[in-house]
Amino acid sequence: MKKVFLLFISISIFALSAFYQKSDHDSIMPKEKLSDYQFFEGNGSEQKPTKGVLPYSLNTPLFSDYAEKLRFVKLPDNQTVAYNATEVLDFPVGSTIIKTFYYPNDFRKPELGRKLIETRLLIHEEDGWKALDYVWNDEQTEAYLEVAGDTKEVNYIDVNGKKKKHEYGIPNINQCKGCHNRNEKMSPIGPSARQLNGVFHSSLGGEQYSIKSADNQLINWQKLGILTNLPAIETVPKAAVWNKPESGSLDERARIWLDINCAHCHRKGGPAQTSGLNLSIHETEPIAYGILKTPVAAGRGSGNRNYDIVRGKPDESIIVYRMESTDPGIMMPEVGRKTTHKEGVELIKEWIKAMK
Amino acid sequence: MTIIKYLSQKNSAILSHKTLQPLNNMKKTLSLCCIILFSTSIFAQKDIQKKIQTQFIMAENGSTILLDEGSFSFTASLSLEGKKNIIIKGKGKDKTILSFKGQTDGAEGIRISNAENITIEDLTVQDSKGDAVKTMNVTGITFRNIKTEWLGEPKATNGSYGLYPVQCEKVLIEGCEAIGASDAGIYVGQSKDIIVRKSRAYHNVAGIEIENSINAEVYENESTENTGGILVFDLPDLILKKGGNTKVFKNNIHHNNFPNFAPKGNIVAKVPDGTGVLILAANHVDIFDNQIINNKSMGVGVISYFTTENKIKDKEYYPYSEAITIRDNNFERQKVKATGRGRFGQIYRFKLRFGKNVPHILWDGIVDDKNPNPVICIKNNKNESFANMDIEHNFKNISRDKSKVVCK
Repeated sequence: MKKVFLLFISISIFALSAFYQKSDHDSIMPKEKLSDYQFFEGNGSEQKPTKGVLPYSLNTPLFSDYAEKLRFVKLPDNQTVAYNATEVLDFPVGSTIIKTFYYPNDFRKPELGRKLIETRLLIHEEDGWKALDYVWNDEQTEAYLEVAGDTKEVNYIDVNGKKKKHEYGIPNINQCKGCHNRNEKMSPIGPSARQLNGVFHSSLGGEQYSIKSADNQLINWQKLGILTNLPAIETVPKAAVWNKPESGSLDERARIWLDINCAHCHRKGGPAQTSGLNLSIHETEPIAYGILKTPVAAGRGSGNRNYDIVRGKPDESIIVYRMESTDPGIMMPEVGRKTTHKEGVELIKEWIKAMK
Repeated sequence: MTIIKYLSQKNSAILSHKTLQPLNNMKKTLSLCCIILFSTSIFAQKDIQKKIQTQFIMAENGSTILLDEGSFSFTASLSLEGKKNIIIKGKGKDKTILSFKGQTDGAEGIRISNAENITIEDLTVQDSKGDAVKTMNVTGITFRNIKTEWLGEPKATNGSYGLYPVQCEKVLIEGCEAIGASDAGIYVGQSKDIIVRKSRAYHNVAGIEIENSINAEVYENESTENTGGILVFDLPDLILKKGGNTKVFKNNIHHNNFPNFAPKGNIVAKVPDGTGVLILAANHVDIFDNQIINNKSMGVGVISYFTTENKIKDKEYYPYSEAITIRDNNFERQKVKATGRGRFGQIYRFKLRFGKNVPHILWDGIVDDKNPNPVICIKNNKNESFANMDIEHNFKNISRDKSKVVCK
């Protein structure tokens, strides 16, 4: 089986390299193993970044089946990124955004170890962003390039001490663009100024990255000389933390949750613009973000409900029905989810219930 | 289908033959063999899925992806992205079968996006959890001899659309078959320059639907045993606000009397069973030379969006139908009542009271006073009959007088 697997890998690499060479541009060849990039010390299993690879965190992240994520960005030497108040920061060509998905063995006790699942790369090349996915082996000694996607089973003990077991979907390269898509160009989703405007937090603690956890990430980046044009920090928009009421109002927390979980597709120029439902944090028209909006092509995703959102009535709102479902023909988001984000559903229900 | 049947018959024949052996350990070996066989076939299927998905990803522009004969099961969507001049070709309808019955990933069977000049032909897509084949942002998309189906009785848990190009240009659908979709079998949405021809749609809620699209020709199709045969709709709250210029001709639209099984909330859930053709808030639609036969509730219906009783919040949306021509069609129906089901059923029973004498052409009578263009005109249809339902005035002046709607 292992041989077949290796054979498959080598065939995909061969084919992929042929594919990359074919393009007219100076594409960087995808590497076979994650360690070949030297983003991490050693074999990378400790996720200790090498020099120039910066960890960061988002105030409200995308839900990915309860997986924990470690995020890093690497800019080319001596290059900077400019502040932008509304959109994802425009990292220069040569940048790589690195995201590792893992499950702690026991969410209550991180010291009991973890299992790395995959490390996704977004590489900014001359002709745009490219996505690559590296899947960690069972021995946790290396992650190998995976083109066609896969499904794995994951086991862990959740925050409530409950044993959990479910499937975890590893996307194929095309699926990456299902979400990372702005006007049919591949694009990062998370690192906007709004989402970075907060302290770095990590289940591992900032210490191992020698980041003072009390410092604002944007200010840190400015000090490091990689972020330019940062205005006074009080004037920078700040994304609420979806599950921290002290960080924002119910409306702010619900809207940022919808923004990061849905608006990569449900926005103007996004793959779900055909639905007319726009869940971006910038949308101000109530019908456009779902209030008394009829579905267009929801099919059985409507769940026999008439409107995306009915004020005060979460159980009559299609949006809740689709968030609760794990049926691939019903659920939202369409990909990247095998479980229900119960806490996210509760937040959106609370938000709808409070609407007058 | 036939291959699976054949194989399972063959397997059970082998099994029943072997299990005649009385030895216990023989049985053990056999079940072990079965387990191994079973698991290898699962591995094999997973390998095939990976192989085909990898082909879709690696395909060089200008190449053809050939799919073998046989039935292949997939647990995830197959996707093609950002390619030019690709042909995806099977060995024929019902010969190359892609089954998504065990699908756990992805909202459609096949998804093609952001591409140019793509042809998909000669294969069957079965039992996808969402739509069967969705293509989005493709300029030049051809579906040829494709069958999309959900097996078993038509039901609300079937996927929404069979063939589903959306925001595409230069769409050609020909020789296709669409069966069992809980919304529309063949659905073209927010697209431009479209031909749907020589295809067959049955046991869907809507057979063929053209929605918010420009320049569509729908001809020589058979649409039968759906809830509604052919629909041309313009809906609010969308990016492409206004469709227009649709020709529906030489189609055989008959016996579309299947009870509506669409999940509520979807616009097609409001379509009454027994609908031949329904025009909703569309403009410049020419319906001619069709056979429109034995659709018990209406041959052709023309309505504004107000008649759906949905609220309109989209300020740029035009909710009226406009310039709908119905000419040279052959209408036939048996002397039966219109449907008694749903909202329209109530209207037929309590407001229209046509009994068994249901007119072929029905209009809600709603006009935009500011628009001098006529909403509908009819002429030269065989067995032409008409009613203005006067829905605006709560059915006060229901009229069968067609003199005001004859084409000039």
